[in-house]
Amino acid sequence: MRDVAVVGFAQRQMPDFDGSPTCVEMLVPILAEIYEQTGWTRRDVGFWCSGSSDYLAGRSFSFVQAVDAIGVTPPVNESHVEMDLAWAMYEAWIKIQTGEVDTAVVYAFGKSSAGVLRRTLALQLDPYTMTPLWPDTVSLAGLQARAGMDAGLWDERAMAEVAQRSLTDAEKNEHAIRKGGSSVEDLLARPMYADPLRKHDCSPVTDGAAALVLAAGDKAREVRDNPAWISGLSHFIDASSISNRDLTRSPSAANAAAAVDLDGVELAELHAPFSHQELILRRELGLADDVRINPSGGALTSNPMFSGGGIRIGEAAARIWSGEVAKGVAHATSGAALQQNLLCVLESSTGKGGA
Amino acid sequence: MSRTLSAPVTVAFDYTRSTGPVLGRFLTGLRDGVLVAGRTSAGEVVVPPLEYDPVTHAQTTDFVEVSPVGTITSWTWVPEPVAGQPFDRPFAFALVTLDGATRPLFHAVDVASPEEISTGMRVQVRWAAERVGHINDIACFEPLADEASARPAGGGLLEDHLVTGVVTPVSLDYVYAASPEESTFYRGLDEGRILGQRCPTCEKVYVPPRSACPTDGTPTEGEIELTGEGTITTFCIVNVPFLGQKITPPYVSAYVLLDGADIALLHLILGVPADEVRMGMRVKAVWKPREEWAYSLENIDHFAPTGDPDADYDTYKRHL
Amino acid sequence: MGKQPAAVVGIGQTHHRAKRDDLSMAGLCREAIDRALLDANMTLDDIDAIVVGKAPDLFEGVMMPELFLAESLGAAGKPLLRVHTAGSVGGSTAIVAASLVQSGVHKRVLTVAYEKQSESNAMWALSVPLPFNMPVHAGAGGYFAPHVRSYIRRSGAPTHVGAIVAAKDRNNALKNPYAHLHNEGTTVESVLASTMLWDPIRYDETCPSSDGACALVIVDEDTAAASPNPAWIHGTVMRSESTSAAERDQVNPQASRDAAAYLWKQAGITSPIDEIDMAEIYVPFSWFEPMWLESLGFAEEGGGWKLTESGETAMTGRIPVNCSGGVLSSNPIGASGMLRFGEAALQVRGAAGEHQIDGARKALGHAYGGGSQFFAMWVVGADKPTS
Repeated sequence: MRDVAVVGFAQRQMPDFDGSPTCVEMLVPILAEIYEQTGWTRRDVGFWCSGSSDYLAGRSFSFVQAVDAIGVTPPVNESHVEMDLAWAMYEAWIKIQTGEVDTAVVYAFGKSSAGVLRRTLALQLDPYTMTPLWPDTVSLAGLQARAGMDAGLWDERAMAEVAQRSLTDAEKNEHAIRKGGSSVEDLLARPMYADPLRKHDCSPVTDGAAALVLAAGDKAREVRDNPAWISGLSHFIDASSISNRDLTRSPSAANAAAAVDLDGVELAELHAPFSHQELILRRELGLADDVRINPSGGALTSNPMFSGGGIRIGEAAARIWSGEVAKGVAHATSGAALQQNLLCVLESSTGKGGA
Repeated sequence: MSRTLSAPVTVAFDYTRSTGPVLGRFLTGLRDGVLVAGRTSAGEVVVPPLEYDPVTHAQTTDFVEVSPVGTITSWTWVPEPVAGQPFDRPFAFALVTLDGATRPLFHAVDVASPEEISTGMRVQVRWAAERVGHINDIACFEPLADEASARPAGGGLLEDHLVTGVVTPVSLDYVYAASPEESTFYRGLDEGRILGQRCPTCEKVYVPPRSACPTDGTPTEGEIELTGEGTITTFCIVNVPFLGQKITPPYVSAYVLLDGADIALLHLILGVPADEVRMGMRVKAVWKPREEWAYSLENIDHFAPTGDPDADYDTYKRHL
Repeated sequence: MGKQPAAVVGIGQTHHRAKRDDLSMAGLCREAIDRALLDANMTLDDIDAIVVGKAPDLFEGVMMPELFLAESLGAAGKPLLRVHTAGSVGGSTAIVAASLVQSGVHKRVLTVAYEKQSESNAMWALSVPLPFNMPVHAGAGGYFAPHVRSYIRRSGAPTHVGAIVAAKDRNNALKNPYAHLHNEGTTVESVLASTMLWDPIRYDETCPSSDGACALVIVDEDTAAASPNPAWIHGTVMRSESTSAAERDQVNPQASRDAAAYLWKQAGITSPIDEIDMAEIYVPFSWFEPMWLESLGFAEEGGGWKLTESGETAMTGRIPVNCSGGVLSSNPIGASGMLRFGEAALQVRGAAGEHQIDGARKALGHAYGGGSQFFAMWVVGADKPTS
């Protein structure tokens, strides 16, 4: 495997983007920021890959216009996944591993506020027997949260503790759209929303976009003194049916964890759009109690669809660059109730003595 | 004034789904008031049946009838129902393990408050008044106070007249926003003006303006008003009728390169027989009456020939 | 570090029809997957990862359908990716699947691309009216017809060349049991006599709307050793440009020319017409055959129609194109690109049945999408690449 690092990251997050669903206006400054961080121009980028969803935008081929933001004369080596930024990054990492290119920029975008997000996502379910009932995202998460509570795996206090820590950490994140911790007691005193979930247990509807930069070997070292080397990258999917799996577990997250080396991880950025999902992930990843979870505030305080997972990778990478930690793991999820999960382990050293 | 123009749009279609044999059996059962489960190779009794076995990956062929009565294994309150859900007032969604099944079915439960529902509660199917072979043939579940009052199970599995298709309407409401650059363009049209912008990098003039010049990735700038006269670069004659068509065929759809612009617009050509339209023909915008104007390119009803001599091929060939 | 060798050892496709109302979406995919696995002498348990491709989700009204399909496709417990690059997606998906092997990350990858267009109406799904925008006033073929006119003007091609392509592809389809259209007795004259839809495009010069799927099993060198006839991947390429840029060449887009140049270089090909034995080229409207022949370098600019007119793209010609009947005979949009890639692989494996080109050793699979702006291509060969 080639040594590949995350060397650039830019993001925008907001409750209500005043712009087009193709988000070109948001991508232009994001890419400008990427060029500033790397010292590159678009011609230094070997491969591009984007992530987005037609149903979020409400139109077919919503990603087509996004390539304009790159400026595509001459034409570019480019692909698109109908997935989160983290999987766009996976495709780019694979491309670099083939040796065809040494550098890649991946980006993703989504204007969740254009529709009713929790309803739109019901279209991800079985279209014959589930979608006609319009099971909204919050309801599915509620069933999952209750399953864990009934099984004695967590309680509303454990969930509130996650929310309290996230809201407090989000105060230091300029991009977070919900922030301000109080106390666990205060959170528990707030009214139930979708029993067993309170509003702070659910991520806010967020518009946004983000980009990540990958580079191999010396190309990475040219960009940064402390590249965030990808020492492990793995993803798996489970069956979709919420009836036919143990909702308190996430086998795909556990599978991904088994495929990478999490020993010595100091930091975990977990893409948990609902508070109890962080608890499931911590268990599946086997994270020790001293691992710092979501210093960014995490998805509970800001969760732009289709970039929310990749942003976790960027947040973890930024803490490697700064020297704050030497090893961290970032996680991304997709589908209902943690169906599909990706883990990216980032380290300050390549492990080959060459960092 | 908002930076962008926005307007609602509904994306709706009634999808016609063929079910295949497994889901067809399940929906057939619902039509007949029977809950059909599938047995997996591991012995799980799953409703609706899985199309393919999780272990052997073979198509499910072992079907069994299960009870319309079951036990809630998880539930959630739905305080603000969204369109299309089984109730338009607060209700519960639940996972219900039907008697005879080993895996739960997802559906709604008709209770008035979260205090009236709990895990472990016994519930039974309330059938819809009319059943057609659709998941909504189950109207919902309702609490079962006393087992003796349970409605009887259905009449067994049907072998013929199987359901093979289901219609599932999907209707989504969005607010569509034009980009700031497009908004400038549409606001101009509302005043009877055709506004372009220039890319500061390559200096090409774009109509409509763009949030990113596709060549350079830089937003177009400034305000360049065009006269509405231009040249047809290329075109096709539309002879085919289709859904939503507004003009009777034949008519011409053409790329019009407006004088002063570096990119052609797609628009209609009228005021000339379709078979007389030519590449290079000079045309001008014909506006609708002012009272019909809106934020739309449709304010220009069509383009019509100016009567001037055709443009030289060399003047527009790089726009093909 | 170079790419690891990779080969196609299993190919499966559905019987493509206007409506496969006997199958669910999972069933449609499984018909292709099961055939590909049988061909590869494997089961789903042998597969390391799955890559799914399809065109817009609005076609079937399911957001990211690979999520609900995961278990039926055998993907539960495995890595799964979903690619969407407009009409080129079938090709791009195969390339992403190949790269999973070429990177050394996986050994046995299954890829499937599908479209079940009968669940909705493709014309509707592609042109949902947007506020402020001009309603689509020309329909599906109306987008491409003006560019065909530009090609005719530029190249001086006689106006019956499109009909030659259509008659050829429809007759080739008679030799392909999976093809959607089996229109016996199609001739140049009958095509010319068909209704003019989007002048200069006639009814018989357009593709159908199909339900269908295609699946490939792509494996590493060691696994390929067990196959009697692997189709080795000699080169892959993806290139993109904008839908509408000032002075963009819409007849012969730069992304297409750049992609071809890069592909030939990778595959060590200096004269495509001499070194490629057959090509499966994405031709949804007949005239795109001569257009892409030029863009791909099989003919000089302005010379594509001469190859077509002289019969060189027929099965008996110098560069047979779309022996399977092509997109003109089967068009499940999301799968159409993978069908081109798969048909090229069938040929070099000597497994194309009645539409086999004798002795085909090297073949091109090609797909494009959007407004002629996304390109995906590969070259496959009967011999393992030397470099």
